[in-house]
Amino acid sequence: MNFGLNDEQSMIVDTVRTFVEREIYPHEDAVERTGHVPEDLAQDIKQKTRDLGFYACNFPEEVGGGGLGHVDFALVERELGRASMALTHFFGRPQNILMACEGEQRDRYLLPAVRGERMDALAMTEPGAGSDVRGMSCSAQRDGGDWVVKGAKHFISGADHADFVIVFVATGEDQTPRGPKKRITTFLVDRGTPGFTIREGYASVSHRGYKNMILDFDNCRLPDAQVLGEVDQGFAVMNEWLYATRITVAAMAVGRARRVFDMGLAYAAEREQFGQPIGKFQGVSFQLADMVTEIDAADWLTLASAWRLDQGLPANREIASAKLYATEMLARVTDATLQIYGGMGLMNDLPIARFWRDARVERIWDGTSEIQRHIIGRELLRPLGA
Amino acid sequence: MKVLVPVKRVIDYNVKVRVKADGSGVDLANVKMSMNPFDEIAVEQAIRMKEAGQADEVVAVSIGVKQSQETLRTALAMGADRAILIVATDDVHNDIEPLAVAKLLKAVCDEEQPGVVLCGKQAIDNDMNATGQMLAALTGWAQATFASDIQLDGDSAVVTREVDGGLQTIKVKMPAIISVDLRLNEPRYASLPNIMKAKKKPLDEKTPEEYGVDVSPRLQIVSTGEPDQRKAGVIVGSVDELVAKLKEAGALA
Ligand SMILES: Cc1cc2nc3c(=O)[nH]c(=O)nc-3n(C[C@H](O)[C@H](O)[C@H](O)COP(=O)(O)OP(=O)(O)OC[C@H]3O[C@@H](n4cnc5c(N)ncnc54)[C@H](O)[C@@H]3O)c2cc1C
Repeated sequence: MNFGLNDEQSMIVDTVRTFVEREIYPHEDAVERTGHVPEDLAQDIKQKTRDLGFYACNFPEEVGGGGLGHVDFALVERELGRASMALTHFFGRPQNILMACEGEQRDRYLLPAVRGERMDALAMTEPGAGSDVRGMSCSAQRDGGDWVVKGAKHFISGADHADFVIVFVATGEDQTPRGPKKRITTFLVDRGTPGFTIREGYASVSHRGYKNMILDFDNCRLPDAQVLGEVDQGFAVMNEWLYATRITVAAMAVGRARRVFDMGLAYAAEREQFGQPIGKFQGVSFQLADMVTEIDAADWLTLASAWRLDQGLPANREIASAKLYATEMLARVTDATLQIYGGMGLMNDLPIARFWRDARVERIWDGTSEIQRHIIGRELLRPLGA
Repeated sequence: MKVLVPVKRVIDYNVKVRVKADGSGVDLANVKMSMNPFDEIAVEQAIRMKEAGQADEVVAVSIGVKQSQETLRTALAMGADRAILIVATDDVHNDIEPLAVAKLLKAVCDEEQPGVVLCGKQAIDNDMNATGQMLAALTGWAQATFASDIQLDGDSAVVTREVDGGLQTIKVKMPAIISVDLRLNEPRYASLPNIMKAKKKPLDEKTPEEYGVDVSPRLQIVSTGEPDQRKAGVIVGSVDELVAKLKEAGALA
């Protein structure tokens, strides 16, 4: 067993860390203030990421990607997690589900996404269907040889910059002993397709500038060529590709927690009250001790779950544990750091309040904490017949 | 032409340096180490020379602990072609002195016959600013220090130097030792494809004995201490107040 990084991994971490510190940090305050990423800055980050060979580093080399395995990719995400998501969005890592593209879909979606020419977004959630994805009402009916889609999606991240969206839509219903069950199909939908609109979503307290959008489908007509994977096999596509993205949420939480922790640690050593650094009070130093212990634990849990994927081992339970623990750890670490900063921590003049706000969404998206616990519980109990 | 670039593994410039409790030096255990920033500039310049067709091979060399291999891999990932590691100590706190380093580099120069040696003007750990000059003396090659611009011109190099009060331009005959300054260029990041290629590039491991060089220290460090704490300043409201304060402090008559 070896818990160290190899030379390549250290260099990957160094490169991404330096990139984030030099190219992203300096723009964070402006994004936070305006809630907006200027287009030229977005293009600049994209171009620099391409020059570095890190664009789509999560994709295999055969399709032009960086060819990183799950552990290496988790290390990249961990470093990116330190910085504003609105900005690191342009350090493009397209949805790996695009690997399911076939035939000419590869030329229209997969390859341009990997080259950074077209950006994607992924849409499952609806106003009426969040955790219960299968409860979706967005549906497609056959009409001639085409599909006609009706319905809406909301909370769709990055759709403001997307050239196309990967959309999950109900395409039928099976009657099962446990009641009706929707069949889901995955579609690739281009921006500008008649009947498809992308509009502003809600103002989130987390990750200002990283927008969530609303998608409307008003009799949007799609040919069969837009189906990703097989008709009615949307859940198969989802299961094959999407659970790995939960590792990235965990890894980002770890990276952000380290950045926040370092600030809390420095402040505890510097800030004096009652004639001594506040870190000298056990009440503060014990908080720091707990924080670093939890960060390390989340870090290893995350890397170990990524390692299992690299080894081809079952990892669903472990990934759920990592996502659950890392995001809840981040909530505790940002809250405790804010406490160490006292009143100043709450002020928008320092980034601490931002990290605290940003942390909140991590326990909700990509499957809430409750859903992760549900997955873990199911994996534990199912083999026992319960 | 071959370019030789010596690179040193030093405490990372972001790390808050701490003096060891016994005053024998700076604490380097469990501290992030990186390539000396001036050496990064030298590597960048060498790669640019290669990209411009002025050089055909870039060789990085490092002298120190075995972990300096990481520093060499970084040079390879930036674009150097091969690397030489001379393991001169197994103690991270043992800083090999400039003269010993210069002698080893002289031996490497004899073997490699580079057209130019590009080195950092100094290492940020001990700020000696000596190795390049010593190497020039030992090889008898021309020397140009503190380069902020380098233009190759036939078998000469035209080097702009940052000196007190301005810029000086000199022309030196090659082979030459050129030490580089901060403003020469902005080093690139190691790209992902190059990081992956770096592992496959040759890295030779040597010892000082193989070059017949004695690296035992000739200097004795008497003590190492923290710099004096800067006292807190005051913000003055007006020029009058400033002048009054300066008079008070005896800085103005
Ligand atoms: C900023 C933001 C960006 C997002 N980006 C995207 C995106 O790009 N694409 C996309 O498709 N979606 C996206 N989402 C949606 C996100 O994945 C959902 O918000 C999430 O899955 C939860 O769904 P919901 O908000 O409808 O909550 P609900 O599912 O309504 O849940 C409400 C509460 O009930 C709990 N609950 C639900 N079911 C159970 C159960 N079985 N057991 C115990 N508790 C349960 C939940 O844990 C939660 O606490 C985004 C959300 C946000 C906030």
